[in-house]
Amino acid sequence: MPPRLNLSGIGQVSCQTTSIYGAAMTTSTQSLIDLLTGWVVARSTEDAAAWFRGEIKRLGASPTEKDVYLALGYATRKLGKADLDLSPEERARAAAARSGWDPSDWSIDQAGRIALVLASSRSDAHAFRKRLEQLFNTADIGELIAFYRGLPLYPEPSLHLPRAREGTRSAMQPIFEAVAHRNPYPKENFDENAWNQMVLKALFVGSRLAPIQGLDERANPPLMRMLCDYARERRAAGRPVAPELWRCVGPFADASAIADLAALLTSPDVTERRAAALALSASRTDAASSALSSHEGLLQDVKTGRLTWSSLDAK
Amino acid sequence: MFLDSHTHMVSRTTDDYERMAAAGIVACIEPSFWLGQPRTNVGSYIDYLSLICGFERFRAGQFGLRHYCTVGLNPKEANNEELAEAVLEILPRYALKEGVVAIGEIGYDEQTALEDKYFRAQLELAKELSLPVMIHTPHRDKHQGTLRSMAVAVEHGIDPSWVVIDHNNEETVRDVLDRGFWAAFSIYPHTKMGNERMVEIVRNYGAERIFCDSACDWGVSDPLAVPKTAELMRRANISETLIRKVTYENPLEVYGKSGQIADAHWLKPAAIDQRTLYMGNSVLRGGQTPKITEDNKQEGSALGNLRIV
Repeated sequence: MPPRLNLSGIGQVSCQTTSIYGAAMTTSTQSLIDLLTGWVVARSTEDAAAWFRGEIKRLGASPTEKDVYLALGYATRKLGKADLDLSPEERARAAAARSGWDPSDWSIDQAGRIALVLASSRSDAHAFRKRLEQLFNTADIGELIAFYRGLPLYPEPSLHLPRAREGTRSAMQPIFEAVAHRNPYPKENFDENAWNQMVLKALFVGSRLAPIQGLDERANPPLMRMLCDYARERRAAGRPVAPELWRCVGPFADASAIADLAALLTSPDVTERRAAALALSASRTDAASSALSSHEGLLQDVKTGRLTWSSLDAK
Repeated sequence: MFLDSHTHMVSRTTDDYERMAAAGIVACIEPSFWLGQPRTNVGSYIDYLSLICGFERFRAGQFGLRHYCTVGLNPKEANNEELAEAVLEILPRYALKEGVVAIGEIGYDEQTALEDKYFRAQLELAKELSLPVMIHTPHRDKHQGTLRSMAVAVEHGIDPSWVVIDHNNEETVRDVLDRGFWAAFSIYPHTKMGNERMVEIVRNYGAERIFCDSACDWGVSDPLAVPKTAELMRRANISETLIRKVTYENPLEVYGKSGQIADAHWLKPAAIDQRTLYMGNSVLRGGQTPKITEDNKQEGSALGNLRIV
């Protein structure tokens, strides 16, 4: 069995090191603001860029509450909502600035709003959290998506845990996905129950699992059980089961899960057969190997790397 | 295509959304209103405004309608001074939210001093943020209340072409049009304005600065009032040009001044909206003719079964 995940050592990145939002932290947050500002400015008209720089500066110098709300409100008006569409170099800089940070599907106004929020409260992490909570409480959908996507960039990540979990309880799929997808925050901060609820909710709302960071590292036996129960419930109701569900089942599959997976190896649906083969190959139990052994073609595809979860995803 | 510029969708069901989309309504505007009973604290206002800028907007998008709103303290609740002060304090947080197309519904209910005070304060906010204004005219002492609303707006230097006077009737429309304001008519079954009276209004006054809405809410009201009125106008041989102005173009023009509503939102939605917020109007995308029916089984004979109530 893989070792249990140790939560205490993760989430230690450059912008979030100590409990006090000290000098080093400020520099780091500043570099994130600079990076975001650079992306926004490069994609804006001269007027919009000047406005944005002015607001970043104004919010950085004891702004009034109204200053903050109006700047965030004007962000979509001034910057537009086009895709940020980062170049490979820009993406690499993002990943270097903050491990796991993936802004590949962000829009310009989202980057702008996150920079404005980061700029608006630098006194300490608790004051920042207070400001952010107030903004969350009166946010529109676009702002909610932006603020949730910004989670990995905020100081003292653990302070934002209740908020992040609130996001994964949302009835609005894009809000849920702003936390769950392409975001390193959950894998670094969620405990096992929170993680498992998020994965199950993704399936419930018809969302994808593949864009969840840490899907394989965070697999665990209770999640395996929850997903198997869920799959049986769906089957009983005559409803389809998303094949990628089995990705989180394989590593910890118990006897009944292996029986379910073995049955899927003869499914009429090719994606289900492939998902079952991938999941069984992750199980490392004799029962799983034996179930797979009579399906030579699938076994070879897994062994040679022709079949992976990402290639399954591409189909 | 229709635009219903006055709907309280938080009180309506998914059936309503489906029927509205099927009848060709592409967008709706949800003015802030009271709940049928008074709010007791600013917290319930905050959650309400967040709801109409948030989940309701999302919900509408799932049915193929774009959803917009207006924010404001309604005149009934302006009479609770403690609440009113607190709401005025938090309104700037919402006035620039995405899809907020006006400050409204504001105006008078019983024309009290407190109503007057907060009406004026909100006119100033609209002016500061360059937002149109939606004025709710009082049910009682309507004519005088309407004249007073317009006079106060002018006194505050608001351009009448940025102001919609809603819930008009035959007694108020002339004064509203003469002063350069927009005249909206809420089509209620049984009461206030019925569809037929609306047809007469358009016959008599044309379509310049005139439009109709359903004002559908938690009371007896009809979310299909706009398409039904359009159909009735068609039967009365009113031109398609006029019908389009009264049921689509005019509200789009005045609320479009906010910069927050444009036909591109439903005709050519931004990529990010399509991915996250808006499922598109399948009827219109499929190139079908919008239908106004009460019952899908009777779609083939939409005209014959149209109920004008």
